Amino acid sequence: MSIIAIAKLELLIARRNMWVATSVILMGLFTVVLTLAGGAPTGSLGIDPLTVAVTSITTLSVYLIPLIGLLLSFDAIAGESERGTLALSLTYPLSRGEILIGKFLAHFCVLAFAIAVGLGLTAVLTIWQYSAADLSFAPLIKLFVTSLALGAAFLGIGYLVSSLVRQTGVASGIVIIIWLVCVVLYDLGLLGALVADNGGTFTKTIFPWLLVANPADAFRLINMPDGSVSELASGINAAGGASGTLGQLVSLLLWPIIALFFAWIAFRKVEP
Amino acid sequence: MTTLNIENVSKKYGTLETVKGVSLSLQAGERVALLGHNGAGKTTLMRMILGLTPITSGRIEVLGTEAGSRRARSAIGFLPESVAFHGALSGREQLQHFARLKSVSMKRADDLLDRVGLSDAADRKIRTYSKGMRQRIGLAQALLGQPKLALLDEPTSGLDPISRHEFYDIVADLANSGSAVLLSSHALTELEARTDRIAIMSKGNLLADSSLSELRHSAQLPIQVHVTTSEADADRIAAELGGARVNGRSITLTCQQNDKIAMLGQIASLGAVIKDVDVMPASLEDLYRHYSISKEGA
Repeated sequence: MSIIAIAKLELLIARRNMWVATSVILMGLFTVVLTLAGGAPTGSLGIDPLTVAVTSITTLSVYLIPLIGLLLSFDAIAGESERGTLALSLTYPLSRGEILIGKFLAHFCVLAFAIAVGLGLTAVLTIWQYSAADLSFAPLIKLFVTSLALGAAFLGIGYLVSSLVRQTGVASGIVIIIWLVCVVLYDLGLLGALVADNGGTFTKTIFPWLLVANPADAFRLINMPDGSVSELASGINAAGGASGTLGQLVSLLLWPIIALFFAWIAFRKVEP
Repeated sequence: MTTLNIENVSKKYGTLETVKGVSLSLQAGERVALLGHNGAGKTTLMRMILGLTPITSGRIEVLGTEAGSRRARSAIGFLPESVAFHGALSGREQLQHFARLKSVSMKRADDLLDRVGLSDAADRKIRTYSKGMRQRIGLAQALLGQPKLALLDEPTSGLDPISRHEFYDIVADLANSGSAVLLSSHALTELEARTDRIAIMSKGNLLADSSLSELRHSAQLPIQVHVTTSEADADRIAAELGGARVNGRSITLTCQQNDKIAMLGQIASLGAVIKDVDVMPASLEDLYRHYSISKEGA
């Protein structure tokens, strides 16, 4: 089947280009450091040590997972077009949708593997430090699943950019800007608006929806446990209540689908 | 059934018309050379046959189905002009990938690596390949699944003379097994004995489309006859035959096809003073120049 053939080839290329190794090392390194460092200040204060680790890792993942997703995907179409390999692929009897899905499957596997290794290390280290009996693994599983959704959304965004521009250089520039906007500037902008609004209608009605509309923020909200630890993560969390878990989930699930759909629309228009 | 049928096809980019009302058809087993300068519209025409570039007007059918459809694409083997592959893959991996896309067995893909003479380098990364080796991988993938129509865009660029020879052997095999082959080139001399029909394109127009001998006939280009004689007799014989003395002992004569036998008889009647005679019909280069200059203005 064509989709599997494309996915197989992309996985091979990702392995050869060290993308698999890079992603795994990045995720592994950061999660291990945060798991070990995260446990230190809480000591035996009664907070579930895994919750502490999940909170730290969430904060990190908001930056890292979109970045890995975009890095894996920005070259997918523009790069092939630039190298001249796309035209030949398109003369084979398979649709552009199949090419896109094949690439997505491969990159999604790379991302899932990296996240699984990172969170797996967290689980192992926490069990090793404390005992498994007292730990609740639900937050960790939730973090894993939502990380996949977040990564998938940014893979889709990367393909969209890659289909819209002709040069990989331009594509890489644009995805870095998108990354910066989504994980940093968007929140800063909202905070600025909050301060300016000073508790008016914007804060109560529009703001929660704007917040959850950003997949990175939806991811942050859904994984930040209510209560003690979350206060570390700025006051934004309190506002998350208005949109609710459902809103956050819908945002995280819709983003990958919408992004991939538009990437497909854009890819259909590419003339290699 | 006609393997490839191009009917009055045009391509416009804004106001620029790169292909102008071209009609051409290929039957199974035919080898057709598409000749033209860079920018004549050869590559655009091929891209339209493949469905990579939308057709502005006209119609292209491959085995009775619309060009670019999945069925049409599965019947075509294509070798692009400057073929490129992912450098991180080995030749075998790349070819096996294409074989999977065409539902061809891995065994068959390996056989093709042998056929194009790449079995020794098959497991090396493509980034270490020379241009000629990449061209061979390109040819191998175009041969996957015994295509009913092979489109080869400048297939011999980057190949050394021996490889070119092998390449044309492969093309002949392909045509003998029933594939139609359309290949574009501007390396004219090598095509002379290697194709059944020649189509000449210039500035988007199809100027000629027939066999080499028919083209020669209709172009009415003069035949050149080189006569070698002794130094002492050269001037006298040049005057007698009405030719021009080229160097010490050679004379060049020109005549039309119809007068050739009479001319040769005249030369033969001169007897022992003639050392040698060479008859040279108009070359493909001459023909190509003739068609692309004489009809361009029209």
